[in-house]
Amino acid sequence: MAAGPQGRQGLTGWAMASPAFILMLIFLITPFILAFGLSFTNQRLISPNPAEYVGGRNFANLLDLSFFVLEPERDEAGDVIYDDEGEPEYPRLRTYTRNNPDYPHLDGMREWMSIGWSDDSRLVLLASDVVFMKALTNTILFVIIVAPLQAGFALLLALLINQKLRGITAFRVIYFMPVVVSIVVVAFLWRFIYDGQNGLLNSMLGFVSFGAFQPVDWLGNPNTALPSIMAMSIWQGVGFHMIIWLAGLQTIPVSLYEAADIEGANRWQKFRYITWPGLRNTAILVLVIITMQCFALFAQVDVMTRGGPLDSTQTLVFQAVQRGYERQDIAGGSAISVLLFVFVLLISLFQRWLTRDKD
Amino acid sequence: MKVAGVLKTSLPVLVLAAFGASAQAQTPLSLWYHGAGNPVEREVLIGLIDDFNGSQGDWVIELAEFPQESYNESVVAAALAGNLPDIVDVDGPVMPNWAWAGYLRPLELPEGTIDGFLPGTIGEWNGELYTVGLWDAAVAVLARQSVLDEYGIRIPTLDDPWDREELDAALTTLQASGDFEYPFDVGMAWTGEWYPYAFGPFLQSFGGDIFDASIPTAEGVLNGDEGIDFGEWWQSLFDRELVPGVSQDAADRETGFVDGRYAMQWNGNWAVLSALETYGDDLLILPAPDFGNGPTIGAASWQFGVSSTSEHPDGANEFIAFLLQDEYQAAFSNALGLVPATADAAAISEYYSEGGPLEVFYGLSEQQARLRVVSPGYLVAALEFEKAMTDIASGADVADALDAAADAINDDLERNNGYQ
Amino acid sequence: MDRESFARLILRYLLLCWVALIFLFPLVFMVVSSLKPDLQLLRDSSSIRAFLPIGDISLDNYGLAAERAPIGRFVINSLFVTGTTVVLSLVLCSMAAFSFVFLEWRGRGVVLAVILATFIVPFETIAIPLLLVVNNLPWIGIDGFRIGWINSYQVQIIPWIADALTIFLFVQFFKDLPKDLIEAARVDGATWFQIYRRVVMPLCGPVLATAAILKFLVMYNQYIWPLMVTQSEDYRPVMVGLQYFFQLNTAWGEVMAYLSLITVPVLAFYLVLQRAFISSIASTGIKG
Repeated sequence: MAAGPQGRQGLTGWAMASPAFILMLIFLITPFILAFGLSFTNQRLISPNPAEYVGGRNFANLLDLSFFVLEPERDEAGDVIYDDEGEPEYPRLRTYTRNNPDYPHLDGMREWMSIGWSDDSRLVLLASDVVFMKALTNTILFVIIVAPLQAGFALLLALLINQKLRGITAFRVIYFMPVVVSIVVVAFLWRFIYDGQNGLLNSMLGFVSFGAFQPVDWLGNPNTALPSIMAMSIWQGVGFHMIIWLAGLQTIPVSLYEAADIEGANRWQKFRYITWPGLRNTAILVLVIITMQCFALFAQVDVMTRGGPLDSTQTLVFQAVQRGYERQDIAGGSAISVLLFVFVLLISLFQRWLTRDKD
Repeated sequence: MKVAGVLKTSLPVLVLAAFGASAQAQTPLSLWYHGAGNPVEREVLIGLIDDFNGSQGDWVIELAEFPQESYNESVVAAALAGNLPDIVDVDGPVMPNWAWAGYLRPLELPEGTIDGFLPGTIGEWNGELYTVGLWDAAVAVLARQSVLDEYGIRIPTLDDPWDREELDAALTTLQASGDFEYPFDVGMAWTGEWYPYAFGPFLQSFGGDIFDASIPTAEGVLNGDEGIDFGEWWQSLFDRELVPGVSQDAADRETGFVDGRYAMQWNGNWAVLSALETYGDDLLILPAPDFGNGPTIGAASWQFGVSSTSEHPDGANEFIAFLLQDEYQAAFSNALGLVPATADAAAISEYYSEGGPLEVFYGLSEQQARLRVVSPGYLVAALEFEKAMTDIASGADVADALDAAADAINDDLERNNGYQ
Repeated sequence: MDRESFARLILRYLLLCWVALIFLFPLVFMVVSSLKPDLQLLRDSSSIRAFLPIGDISLDNYGLAAERAPIGRFVINSLFVTGTTVVLSLVLCSMAAFSFVFLEWRGRGVVLAVILATFIVPFETIAIPLLLVVNNLPWIGIDGFRIGWINSYQVQIIPWIADALTIFLFVQFFKDLPKDLIEAARVDGATWFQIYRRVVMPLCGPVLATAAILKFLVMYNQYIWPLMVTQSEDYRPVMVGLQYFFQLNTAWGEVMAYLSLITVPVLAFYLVLQRAFISSIASTGIKG
């Protein structure tokens, strides 16, 4: 490859790619490698003490899980004690997990979830970092629900505004408006809307249902907080993906549709056989971007709920930031970032394998 | 400032100034302040700086202002990057952390400079004086005379505050009246430092604390019997819907009491002026209740210190000593409603002089104020405390939530070798 | 036009308008609120009044906001940083993408994979290490040589020029371009750079507009990073400026006024590109 067109091509190739690549090397990859290194130390954001290598301790602290079978309380005869409602009474878990020399492996662990086990006993799943586990599951939930919905709505909108109608420009601008306003600002405005006492959403639902609707404390209730953030995120981000779909739609030649019209194809057939195949690369782009954005969920949570109530809206990036900056545990925060990276990398490799070119 | 003007007019002078005439010039000292976005505060500060710059020939203060919300982050970033200014202002409870981290150097003020200052305005850690404030802040129960009279509720005094039962009775009476959305508002909308500042004293009054800096540990201090007692009481406020919950928005916090939707409010002296405007003489500023271990409110507000990297600590100290004068304390107090640091300054201030509308706050600061845990570990502990308060308010098991917070605080203490 | 298709047209517009309402209402709330005094704004916020400019309406909040913060300075800073980054980003990222799609060179697959993998790294998680990096970089400016980029324009611009999303956007778009177009140009003896410049880029209307808008939004809404690296108002951008309004007693009306003001440049930018967008439809015959 030393000489000839191939060699020159190689040189030109490097030359054209390198400015962008070098910038990324310095400003993205180097910091990430630094963060990766920090995750194996006890580095603090602020500290006069030098950092020490701690091996995988940060990761172990995040990921440690343990099972425990909790036996119900028994009276002297050995019978299970039931409370007034007929439920068996259990000793408090903290009697096992706190300063109990008989259970050293449970020290400091907390209940993540529990299920009924045999004979009134309960099987408890303990985690050394329950908040992290909740952040992990919330993040996955968010991706699974928001990514397809947002991509789908965005495509519908793109199709809607890809029509040739008088005044369509105005609608293109309006649909894009929520994206234009920073997510921080949007989240801030939606706090008013979701307010449990006198929020707009409650007033509107009450009005529509002629007062039958009972006001919900959308962000204050652990069951509705995450769905509320999801709904707002979809609302805010859908315009962003709409324009990517739109860019894709506009690369599909009009001549194809004209040919289809001549052959008498209906609307669905045109979508199925012209539009959708023509959007293949765009679809990958949109899905990848949405997935990444969902994994990076941070600003909405930071402004609206700060992870609460009862950790129902914790997310990985929010926890990484919380620990790294606010709790000054830059090593612990970096460990979460590294886990997130590994995790998403695996998913995208899997996605890539699924959507690989068959030929 | 004069020198700067001359420099602009002619280049030769600039060259001269750079190569030898510098002995004549005032040496610049950089000052960082958290008040960006408050024109009134800025005016007072600029006036003060002009006075100082004009009062002597050695130093000239150059001010950079930051928005308060992100001030700490800006300072930490600057410290990491190694370009702290000469003089910083710092929130009282954060000071030990920055001193420990080596951002600050001890002050060297002339003997007697801080005599008679409110304890909350003096920033001491590890036996050294690092920061001093021109003012303190105080928290009180805001209520209305007419409302309390209507429902036959006794008006508490500094010497005879409400106890737990009396507060409880007052709240349930007000709730039963049905006249209010909530009988009380503790300000759940104000996340962040408000939680440990405003609610930590309740815990202290119950006999617990966020952690004990002398051992140091949170085990048995935050989650001991007193702590759990406090947690149960705290949760009962929300269970019984006596106060708005964690999803309260800032707008309700601001208008709830003024609009008469909340009967009473736990609020700071800086926010009282609007209530005073609305209710006038009807407004009551009441002391903190006593939960058994004495009535307590949080002490310490923003204070000034000298950075460890300053090349001119003498000048920085000179400026701080200058700024602590009574007239400037009074100027800040008049502009912002803050509690002046000394009785003399209070006497010449608009709100805190005898018969002034906020005079009562000076008494609160003097008698009830107690410092938040003085330790570099406070910063992280305060966040864990905030999380526990939020979780308990949302219905988490009290003991579990406090255990989790105590564990997290102890982890942090351990990771930092007890901040020794 | 027959009756049926006319009814259909009306239906279409109704649908468009209904969807528009959903997207518009918080922004109407924002603008309308900027005209109201604080207490009225907060009281109105729970009812339909939030969307109506009724009551005590004035532009006072705008004046007060201008008094509180040097808004013009912030907007200029943001526009300068954003504009410079967008232009440089479009050039460098499209060039890199061109190289990845059309040129054969050793290591290209690996480099592209590494670049795309950085997409997974949320900025929030590398901000501190990045601070340490830029703090050790040299810079030669008007005021001479110095180490450390803190408190400058370049610290807000250069780290953000190249990013995986923009490169990816161009890569996906280039993949759809007909290969024979490139072949033809090669046969005519054009250099690769000429092909990039004269053949490919003129076809890039939609993707350039898309990439520009996305980059513009990211840059204009920067918050955490400028917070960490700007120390004087000379360099502070609009989102950090927003913090000026969150005092202990937030000035809600001024917040809304400020938000309305800083949204104008973004909308204007989108409107301008939107035209480029439309005009590029004509050129879509390129494919197939």
